[in-house]
Amino acid sequence: MTRTNDIILRTTTTLIAFILLGFSIYLFFAGHNKPGGGFIGGLMTSAAFVLMYMAYGFRSLQKILPINFRFVIPVGLIIAVATGIGSFIFGEPFLSQTFAYFQLPVLGKTELATALLFDLGVYLTVIGVTMTIILTIANDRGEER
Amino acid sequence: MLLAVLLPFIIAIIIPFLSKWKDKIHPGYFVTIIPALIFIYFARFLGSNFEPVMREYSWIPSLDINMVFYLDGLSLLFVLLISGIGALVAFYSIFYLHKSEQLGHFYVYFLLFMGSMLGVVLSDNVFVLYSFWEFTSLSSFLLIGFWNYKKESRYGALKSMLITVFGGLSLLGALVFMTVLTNTTSIQEMISQQQLILNSEYFPLILALLLLGAFTKSAQFPFHIWLPDAMEAPTPVSAYLHSATMVKAGIYLVARYSPMLSSSDWFFIIVSSVGIITLCWGSYMAVRQTDLKGILAFSTISQLGMIMSMLGFGTKVAVFAAVFHILNHATFKGSLFMVAGIVDHEAGTRDIRKLGGLMTYLPITATLALFGTFSMAGVPLPFLNGFYSKELFFDASLHLDEIANVGVVGFIKMLLPYLAVFGSIFTFVYSVYFFFGTFRGKSHLEELPKKPHEAPIGMLISPIILILGVILIGLFPKWINEPFIAHAASAVKGLEVQKEIYFWHGFLYPPLIMSITVLVFGTVLYLSRKQWAPVYRIIPGVLSMNKFYDGLVDRLETYSSTVTKGYMNGSLGRYVRLVLAAILIVTFAFMAITGGFTVDTSNLADVSLPEIFVAITMVIAAVGTILTNNRITAILILGVVGYGLSMLFVLYRAPDLALTQLIIETVTVALFLLVFYHLPKLRKKEEAASTRMLNLIISVGFGAMMTMIAISAHSSKWFESISSYFIDNTYKLGGGDNMVNVILVDFRGLDTLFEIVVLGIAAMAIYGLIRLPGKKEEK
Repeated sequence: MTRTNDIILRTTTTLIAFILLGFSIYLFFAGHNKPGGGFIGGLMTSAAFVLMYMAYGFRSLQKILPINFRFVIPVGLIIAVATGIGSFIFGEPFLSQTFAYFQLPVLGKTELATALLFDLGVYLTVIGVTMTIILTIANDRGEER
Repeated sequence: MLLAVLLPFIIAIIIPFLSKWKDKIHPGYFVTIIPALIFIYFARFLGSNFEPVMREYSWIPSLDINMVFYLDGLSLLFVLLISGIGALVAFYSIFYLHKSEQLGHFYVYFLLFMGSMLGVVLSDNVFVLYSFWEFTSLSSFLLIGFWNYKKESRYGALKSMLITVFGGLSLLGALVFMTVLTNTTSIQEMISQQQLILNSEYFPLILALLLLGAFTKSAQFPFHIWLPDAMEAPTPVSAYLHSATMVKAGIYLVARYSPMLSSSDWFFIIVSSVGIITLCWGSYMAVRQTDLKGILAFSTISQLGMIMSMLGFGTKVAVFAAVFHILNHATFKGSLFMVAGIVDHEAGTRDIRKLGGLMTYLPITATLALFGTFSMAGVPLPFLNGFYSKELFFDASLHLDEIANVGVVGFIKMLLPYLAVFGSIFTFVYSVYFFFGTFRGKSHLEELPKKPHEAPIGMLISPIILILGVILIGLFPKWINEPFIAHAASAVKGLEVQKEIYFWHGFLYPPLIMSITVLVFGTVLYLSRKQWAPVYRIIPGVLSMNKFYDGLVDRLETYSSTVTKGYMNGSLGRYVRLVLAAILIVTFAFMAITGGFTVDTSNLADVSLPEIFVAITMVIAAVGTILTNNRITAILILGVVGYGLSMLFVLYRAPDLALTQLIIETVTVALFLLVFYHLPKLRKKEEAASTRMLNLIISVGFGAMMTMIAISAHSSKWFESISSYFIDNTYKLGGGDNMVNVILVDFRGLDTLFEIVVLGIAAMAIYGLIRLPGKKEEK
């Protein structure tokens, strides 16, 4: 399949994709205190990937991100479940979350919450799910039919 | 006693292993020993000083269901019949069934049947009785269908199964009623509390259900139709089940409960009249049969009717005669079935039109048949037991002193002796027909598939023993009266019954005159049967219970398939309509009945201009989606609704929801576009105007219903919202400012966990659907 020369799209994509990724990571980290969170962050990240896919095609996307998104789903789920199970170590019920404030070298006084780990699980799962669905359907050229 | 009942079941487990060596030794020999042992065990109880015995073994004590075995005179009579004839039939079957048959199956079914029959007659607990009762239905089903490659066998087995299980279930109903009323599961205790049941308002129902169970099992009119078709079973099975045991289970049940029920007029009316109708109809129809076993089947029906009607009379004489005839009938009918089996085996056919003149070829069999048939006919000879019970039957029908003389009861009472004589005349005719048609007259050897010769001695032993029983009971009725029959009759009557049996009462004794009438008219009818045979074309003519049964079964099948096909036509549209309409009707009815629709405007917020604008846009888009003909247009307009919704979230200050909704809506629209790329163009389905009208009504109604529910739900807030807890504690306990997120990952993290699991499963499913190689569809 020959492609038309869509240089404008590709050029803007290189820029926009990074802004999108940055924004999605902001959303993910801000989730606990501002609008955002793992779900929206994950969707936004996949939006950036989808944009890259649309501009450069599947092969290039695979070269940039040599990830099989299907395996991202179980990784995310395992992280989410593991944070739940982790609360057993401290004798707490399943999925008990806690938080504390730490003095970190660069960031200064920072709040670290176990909920963020759980959100990471959500984040990864959502990325895996969205990308799997979109890439599966988009790459289906109906070979079998 | 538990071992005696369970022994057949235990041996039934072992038999399949034995039948491996069936080429060396017939497994029937092992099986014969079992009932013989049981017979010997129970025969020890015989004697004039017999007292009822009760044994109890725990089964389900918490439900008051225990293996309680109660051995009184009636049970003893049946137990001895079952085990005694069981042994003879098992022995007979050794010579009847060839080794190439599936003997393992046969004897397993046979033993299961015998064990469950013993259980039926010995159980005192109603639920144990019912379990064994159904077990007899099941095992007889297996036995009737033993030659399952024959269509008639399968038909007969299914028919008997349907009818007896129908009766069995109604029996269960009666037993449950009685258990609830008397608060006991023991038959004897129920009988001792009979007033509770007799005076209960459910008594008619109990009586009807109980008798339905007994009548179906004992092949009483109009449920007799399964028995002639059950003749497709191997002859030993017919001899055992359909002459001596299973068909008498209903008799046993009526006899068992008659101390309780016989004081009711309805019991007399129903049981006597059904019994006497069965007697007349069975004997009348038996003359018409051409198959030897067919004659015997209708003869069994008629004899069971006779016993049943005597139980219905409920007088001392009648009960005594009934019990006596149970024994007599088992002896001669068992032997006659075996005779029919021998004729079938040796001559190759059971068709009486082809048979004839077999006396010279089968002399011993013919002699046995002579005694059997003449005893069945009730010919007044002192060595035939059938005559004694037949004479007692006439006597009982004349002396219904305990029965009132008024109304329906009086009418039936007046008719009974005449009907008894009528039925007995035909009994005489078919008995004589059976004997003379088979063994006398011209022989047509060329029509027979085999050249007839006398049966092997082993096959003859069992019928010889039974006929010896006929003769010995005939010659010395006193031997078995006092230690045996009198106890059984007392158990049925609930009082002491001592009846002497005499052969000779003098010439002017009315029952003797009736017997002689039967003899004379029977002879005349037999000799002139060619002349009056056309009467069968008028009665029953085309009428037949079989036709009714077949029609019923047929129609049940066609109607239910019509109904199923009527609503399950495979159209998803119709199913959705049905589901929505059902929800609609139920919810509206519920709201109307409970007055659930309330409107409360006090707690409403003000409406702002942007909200109105967004709402109007969404409504227009929604309507547009319905009206468009193009799929892509529909999706894009639907997207407008989605974005409008996220606008509403913004307006209602839900930033997280608005963000999520925005992205999800985009993704969904994109996915729809990807998917529909592959789909054919949307076609406007041509539907009938009425269907479209219906769709409109249902969808508008559903929308209205949901609106009403929403309004009512908003108008009736009964509790304070729990959100104040989250407002207060989000920062304190969750360490975050974003309440939505803290709820999602902290307070209600479990929900989120499973929602992402749902997402993962959806992704995997889509991948599996599209990528994994499936069966290639044929084009």
